[in-house]
Amino acid sequence: MNDQSNKWIGKRTIRPDGVDKVTGRACYAADNSMPGMIWAKVLRSPHPHAKIRSINTAKAEALPGVKAVATAKDFVEFPIDTAVPLGIQDMRWMARNMLAHERVLFHGHPVAAVAATTAEIAAEACKLIEVDYEVLPWAVEIDDAIAPDATPLFDHIQFEGKPSNIAGKLEHKKGDIDAGFAEADVIIERSFTTRPVHQGYIEPHACTVSVAADGSTTIWSSSQGQFMVRAMTAYLTGIPQSDIRAIPAEIGGGFGGKTIVYLEPVATILSRKSGRPVKMVMSREEVMRATGPTSGAKMTVRIGAKKDGTLVAGHGIFYLQAGCFPGSPIRGAAGCSFTPYAIPNVLSTGYDVVCNRSKVAAYRAPGAPIGAYGVECVLDEVAQAIGMDPLEMRLKNIAHDGTKAVHGPVFQSIGFAQTIEAALKSEHYKTKLTGKFQGRGVANGWWFNAGGESSAQVNITEDGNVVVTTGHPDIGGSRASIANITAELLGIDYDRVSVLIGDTATIGFSNLTGGSRVLFASAMVVTESTEKVIEQLKQRAAKIWGIDASAVVWENGEARPSGEHTGNFPTMTLAELGAKANETGGPIGAGSQQNTTGAECGFATHICDVEVDVDLGTVTILRYTCVQDVGKAIHPAYVEGQMQGGVAQGIGWALNEEYIYDKQGRVDNPSFLDYRMPVCSDLPMLDTIMVEIPNPKHPQGVRGVGEAPLVPGPAAVCNAVSNALGIRFHDLPLSPPRIVAAIDANMKQAAE
Amino acid sequence: MAKIHVTTTINGDPTEFLCDPAESMLDALRGPLGLTGAKEGCGTGDCGACSITVDGRLVCSCLMLAAEAEGHEIATIEGMAQGEKLHPLQQKFLELAALQCGICTPGVLVAAKSLLERNPDPSETEVRYWLAGNLCRCTGYDKIVRAVMETAAEMREAAR
Repeated sequence: MNDQSNKWIGKRTIRPDGVDKVTGRACYAADNSMPGMIWAKVLRSPHPHAKIRSINTAKAEALPGVKAVATAKDFVEFPIDTAVPLGIQDMRWMARNMLAHERVLFHGHPVAAVAATTAEIAAEACKLIEVDYEVLPWAVEIDDAIAPDATPLFDHIQFEGKPSNIAGKLEHKKGDIDAGFAEADVIIERSFTTRPVHQGYIEPHACTVSVAADGSTTIWSSSQGQFMVRAMTAYLTGIPQSDIRAIPAEIGGGFGGKTIVYLEPVATILSRKSGRPVKMVMSREEVMRATGPTSGAKMTVRIGAKKDGTLVAGHGIFYLQAGCFPGSPIRGAAGCSFTPYAIPNVLSTGYDVVCNRSKVAAYRAPGAPIGAYGVECVLDEVAQAIGMDPLEMRLKNIAHDGTKAVHGPVFQSIGFAQTIEAALKSEHYKTKLTGKFQGRGVANGWWFNAGGESSAQVNITEDGNVVVTTGHPDIGGSRASIANITAELLGIDYDRVSVLIGDTATIGFSNLTGGSRVLFASAMVVTESTEKVIEQLKQRAAKIWGIDASAVVWENGEARPSGEHTGNFPTMTLAELGAKANETGGPIGAGSQQNTTGAECGFATHICDVEVDVDLGTVTILRYTCVQDVGKAIHPAYVEGQMQGGVAQGIGWALNEEYIYDKQGRVDNPSFLDYRMPVCSDLPMLDTIMVEIPNPKHPQGVRGVGEAPLVPGPAAVCNAVSNALGIRFHDLPLSPPRIVAAIDANMKQAAE
Repeated sequence: MAKIHVTTTINGDPTEFLCDPAESMLDALRGPLGLTGAKEGCGTGDCGACSITVDGRLVCSCLMLAAEAEGHEIATIEGMAQGEKLHPLQQKFLELAALQCGICTPGVLVAAKSLLERNPDPSETEVRYWLAGNLCRCTGYDKIVRAVMETAAEMREAAR
């Protein structure tokens, strides 16, 4: 597509859903109510690990106002030793995460749920449920969970022939690392830990579900995929998908954390039992105790290099907490960390460790920031050891088109080198830091990016405007980009395009809003639909003019006769053709459903400047630049927004965010006061440099942009702090107590 | 327990409602009053998504009892635009893409309007500290701060 001619692609248009969102009218999950609606609350485990001997709900059921009580017995039973895969999830785990079956596996694990006429009565009734527990030993940390005397969470899971909390292993191998390290002049090996961090969406999970007497079920909820909600609810309740209509509410943030269900199937069963619509809304404390987060990890990374900076070998061992069910993102940690580099010899191994924490959920490039943290911190030390600029050393080793990645694929059309070159040339990187206890860190990050299933329908209204329906919840402005593309293709004003998110009954199957896939995939189906519509419009004009459709061109929003017919008929606008639709063949509209492929990977380079207060241990971010290969920025402001948001989350992960557990295995900081996400006064302006290397496999050149900008963040910040103090840090977060302790230890060591 | 009868003003309209003694202003707004623009992100006054003003003072409505509205003037996000005419802050947030998911946006706008009423010419640092009680997980605050600063500049220009 010729950039010069673009009227809407690349423009900072006002999002179609914007006015509703700045006036408070937009309807998020908890904003929905129904006549006759009742409220449900969840009883949660007081123990981090226990067998459930029995549950007695009689007293709760007898409480006036209570309309229904649900336990695991009310749901489809999945044997614990048989996988039930749905996408990357397993429904036997999803069922047990939603409501505990044989055991409770973390403090806060749902055990039962009550629906009553008020939320207060439902909460009161929960207290009347009697659960007989056999308390078991528990482990929340990786080392405790994999210790020889640890109590396995599952009887059937074995590792190397023995019952174990190591639930899985993944290995990526390329070349021969022993031979590689033998060639190295410098070898650096370090061990690191990262803590679990929550996705931190401001909107708690919520839903309203109504099950009619005939079983037809309507779900209003906030999720990253209404089709995921439908499918998981169908699996867990046994209701056929065709009887479930899942309506996507506006979503108040997800970042991966809303790619699974917690509430919808529970509300469905309670609604079916009570005959009333049921609303459930989590409290923030429930969100923090029992949803997400992403894994905490421990890892050891070893990298070997020649004196000239050529990387010759890389070895990574990554242990990730899965929480209480298998499925930590080891693929992201072990698979992404070495990937940006053309290292001939790599061995990268990930271990999936279950422990008595809430089940992890996806978080923005799941696992990748963890692996990148280890690798990018070691790379920094390697550059330091051989006396090379850390970005120049990375550039020297970067993957190019044709490089085979450690996890298999051969790169095509990537902008890694261009991204690093842009960082090197940036005014930020050229400006030297001069202050005391100031430091600069850099890091790279890589992410797979996804394609997958999407559907769209493009309809021309009778007055010649356009309604586009897609199947992906709009989590960060995707409607605006879709409107840009549609207006561009049709050659009409942006304001004439409406973009709606369809529910599961009104649009074809569309996979999750996740994997940085939404604009990539929806642009493909919207483009195909719009092209079909343009063909129809040409046919309609041809019919009116009595000429062949091949002699009609569509230009600037009008049909025009061409070739021998040029100038023989006045052009016809979309409005004129829309008005004549009835007499020229009926409604004008077309859909497309695809399993999209060709989502090229994402790559980002971050530059971070910090200043450390050595007395207080606080870190101030002085300046931050995110450079990223964004393919083609369809709506640059929302691309920048993705980059800036990713940066802020990376800073939070690096500096303050962590789950703290007490001695009883309970989360000790389940609030936004104690779980410290970055606030406005913590951050400076966040600079962005968009490097546009269009994806040749996409009609508009789109490349996913949502996840890559989180990946380098923790490493870039850690490298900056290390640089500021001359002390290497290996454990996140770099919170004030940890920094003060490191400075004290360093001074003590110097004095000795 | 008997409900409490409250007489108040919401977005300029005389309003009466009944509430439980323990009911928060946020629950009253979102429930019987049908004003769901204020959001509950935390319920503990940490996220600012429920921001409203009471007699012009910025408060977290989750920390205020509904009964405390008696005799006071409440303003919520629903009262910020004048009919179809958006407040300059609302317009600027749209132009600069200062929202992504939008859940924090009502609270941020109410807080920012409250800032500009007190300080029409805030520094970046003043904006950042005033909005430090409004969590946003999507934007990294960059475009929010820019939108507030630019709006302030335009409103000063318009007032000259």
